[in-house]
Amino acid sequence: MLPNDTPITPELVAEHGLKADEYERILKLIGRAPTLTELGIFSAMWNEHCSYKSSKVHLRGLPTKAPWVIQGPGENAGVIDIGDGLACVFKMESHNHPSYIEPYQGAATGVGGILRDVFTMGARPVACLNALSFGAPGHPKTRHLVGGVVAGIGGYGNSFGVPTVAGSVRFHARYDGNCLVNAMAVGLAHKDQIFYAAASGVGMPIVYLGSKTGRDGIHGASMASAEFGEDSEEKRPTVQVGDPFSEKLLLEACLEIMAKGCVIAIQDMGAAGLTSSATEMGAKGDLGVTLDLDKVPCREEGMTAYEMMLSESQERMLMVLKPEKEKEAEAIFRKWGLDFAIVGETTPTKRFIVKHGGQVMADLPIKELGSQAPEYKRPFVSAAKLPVIEAEDVTAPKGTAEALEILLATPDLCSKRWVWEQYDHVIGGNTVQRPGGDAAVVRVEEGPKALALTTDVTPRYCEADPFEGGKQAVAECWRNITAVGATPLAITDNLNFGNPERPEIMGQFVGCVRGIAEACKALDFPVVSGNVSLYNETNGKAILPTPSIGGVGLIADFTRSASIAFKREGEAILLVGETTGWLGQSMYLRDICGREDGAPPPVDLTEERENGDFVRALILDGTATAAHDLSDGGLLVALAEMAIASGIGATLTAAPTDIPEHAFWFGEDQARYLVTVPAAKADAVIARARETGVLAAHVGVTGGDALLIEGERPLPVARLRHQFEHWLPAYMAGEL
Amino acid sequence: MKAAVLVFPGINRERDMARTLKLVSGQAPAMVWHAETALPAGTDLVVIPGGFSYGDYLRCGAIAARSPVMDAVRAFAAKGGLVLGVCNGFQILCEAGLLPGVLMRNQQLRFICRDVYLKVERSNTPFTRGYNAGQVIRVPVAHGEGNYIADGETVARLEGEGRVLFRYCSPDGMVDPNWNHNGAINAIAGIVNERGNVLGMMPHPENHVEASIGPTDGRGLFAGLAEALAKAA
Repeated sequence: MLPNDTPITPELVAEHGLKADEYERILKLIGRAPTLTELGIFSAMWNEHCSYKSSKVHLRGLPTKAPWVIQGPGENAGVIDIGDGLACVFKMESHNHPSYIEPYQGAATGVGGILRDVFTMGARPVACLNALSFGAPGHPKTRHLVGGVVAGIGGYGNSFGVPTVAGSVRFHARYDGNCLVNAMAVGLAHKDQIFYAAASGVGMPIVYLGSKTGRDGIHGASMASAEFGEDSEEKRPTVQVGDPFSEKLLLEACLEIMAKGCVIAIQDMGAAGLTSSATEMGAKGDLGVTLDLDKVPCREEGMTAYEMMLSESQERMLMVLKPEKEKEAEAIFRKWGLDFAIVGETTPTKRFIVKHGGQVMADLPIKELGSQAPEYKRPFVSAAKLPVIEAEDVTAPKGTAEALEILLATPDLCSKRWVWEQYDHVIGGNTVQRPGGDAAVVRVEEGPKALALTTDVTPRYCEADPFEGGKQAVAECWRNITAVGATPLAITDNLNFGNPERPEIMGQFVGCVRGIAEACKALDFPVVSGNVSLYNETNGKAILPTPSIGGVGLIADFTRSASIAFKREGEAILLVGETTGWLGQSMYLRDICGREDGAPPPVDLTEERENGDFVRALILDGTATAAHDLSDGGLLVALAEMAIASGIGATLTAAPTDIPEHAFWFGEDQARYLVTVPAAKADAVIARARETGVLAAHVGVTGGDALLIEGERPLPVARLRHQFEHWLPAYMAGEL
Repeated sequence: MKAAVLVFPGINRERDMARTLKLVSGQAPAMVWHAETALPAGTDLVVIPGGFSYGDYLRCGAIAARSPVMDAVRAFAAKGGLVLGVCNGFQILCEAGLLPGVLMRNQQLRFICRDVYLKVERSNTPFTRGYNAGQVIRVPVAHGEGNYIADGETVARLEGEGRVLFRYCSPDGMVDPNWNHNGAINAIAGIVNERGNVLGMMPHPENHVEASIGPTDGRGLFAGLAEALAKAA
């Protein structure tokens, strides 16, 4: 290990991921050459992952306010008011690079990190979700990554004891060298007992809690801020190792000392560990911080200041405690068998001073470390709009029935049961709707209130038209929450893109963020937390633009929520929303015709809101007996999913003659839902729709044990279920 | 019912268990920390809930089985007190020597969370009096290591003495390898000790007790226990 007074060479600067002009900025800021520890601190704070230097300027355009928003972006997690004195705390974050290098631990620590963000604010986690993107099934690494990531997510969440209730899994060759693991956690807190990072008071003890500090994860955040090359496998030592057992103890201990009123400020040690947590507490509280590293509990001997400041060992917290409550807090931590050490204090100087072995290893201006981080207005270009593909120009399938059977067994549309059965989704006893539907429904405490939770994005739409794709991700999330009968309240966004230094990637980013902003404004669906993950490329090949949207909605009485399963025979199936037969960028076009082509379906946000409000009202007044949003695969895939979920078939009305049949069944027009209503009420519901300017049409009747399409062979539900269920287990067993 | 729910570090279904006991019996259980050396006075049921005690970093349940409170549980069981261990609780009871056998990793080497069907083999026990013999109930499992195994002689004794109370089965009650998700020998999901007062089971009846949330087949176990204890009192 290099000594602290090592001369800082341009090579050393480059090794720390800092550009020459960024280093100049450091020299100007502190008026001298930094020490090695200081250089490490700057590299940890100024990398893309921690500083948002490329994205900040655009993120300011996102709507973040609403009367129910208690805390928007900028804290550990977002907080919204859900009534009765309760708040919902949630956030989604990526752990992409670590998961590609070491899938089990990478994914596990992603879950651990996001859970910590939520309970740091005083909330008990009640649900986890995730959004996973893997390479093509045929790529040699994909099976290994799927297995490892899923086991890692389950391994952490199951042991920690939080139900993992929803998520999404997709496959595409553009993720071959860079999978995406986006984990979301949702917690509940009392509205008046939310905890923040800002320290207050001079001379207050800063307490280190949780696990010991080791040499794992050093430079993890910097690694996550660079592209991958051929050497990505060699970066394994930058991946942290998760310990869900310690985190469970940390959760219980933190909630206990919070309830006892011991805590002034709290910050978890996530990316950039001790460095970022300590500076954040000081900077937000307008205070200086002095740390004495001799006091830091270490897992191994001989760790240098540099290593301690950059370690990303997991399951650690930093707190400012009320001095009079120190003994009480310590006793609680000792009871849970966790480390507790006073490692520093707040000062009036606004300096961040790090001491080790009696020597000052770093002495930096605390606020400027964050606020003076570089901020870039990177050049961007928007790709030319793709032509609209006319349905007439898309090849018809050999048969509608056959096309449906093929689509149900594709990697993206097939059942993800193999994945979510590895997650404990029932712990807590509050899971009203389990994975596999539109949104999970999780009862709030003793009810009758419940949260509706989902993650969504359609990357192929984002690639084809970033603005429409950004809108669509938010709209689909809103629609999924609506389809269970809940009112959408707010989102967390996890923006995964390639290298922002390339104008075309920056163009994707800017377009998607603008689309997200537009949809959030139109749907009163503000962004309260989020995370940006850039440099998702390998050897210059970027992922599909993937802005994952995690949404939270609220339903007043969970017993009124709707699920996708048909409920009984002889009910009318109604299609809400307009069907033009949009096949550009559809699953049909991609997986049946082999074309990834054309403009994606446009999203009319006024129509989204009107159709959604109509469907929600039908659910809440008890008229709709089942509901399902239409998305990937279109109408017929949604119908099949409703049949498979129930075991009840349906006789479908003939497709209209003004659009090609395959465009009707498989088009992906937005703002659409399927609902079932008792047959006797169908006409009245259609009339009610007409009065409110919403399109609703009769598309079939439930009953029997097969889907019956005019002119097609019957499709037994058992056969559809087999198609839907067999692909993923067979693939993971190596049979495909 | 005066239940005591044991809490070891890493246990995570203690809240589910406490809520269910309160819901079914009307009485909130005492939560008993692993470092305690005695059970609360008057305890008539000890419940060891599910979770990952000590992270399951050694063999599942091995460390918890050696906690101070387990001596009190052994003494309680020796006097005929009723003990219920669910999931990690079952593993702890096996490690503590209160039940024979061991829970190995699931046959397919993956954690599995899903609803399963159980055949209730006997109804003349305090744990199963809320069911009929031969009844099929639907309850969730959530475990990575639920594959019960014991030596041939022990299994023969368990079977011969009618100590298998729950067995994995198909929805219509047939014992079938396709419905034995973890590969347990003889599809064993739950067993009692020789005296019949200590039950260990892998599935989670405590998660299926509310009609508004889903199936309620787990209720019978707790309702039966409450009845048995009320009678005894």
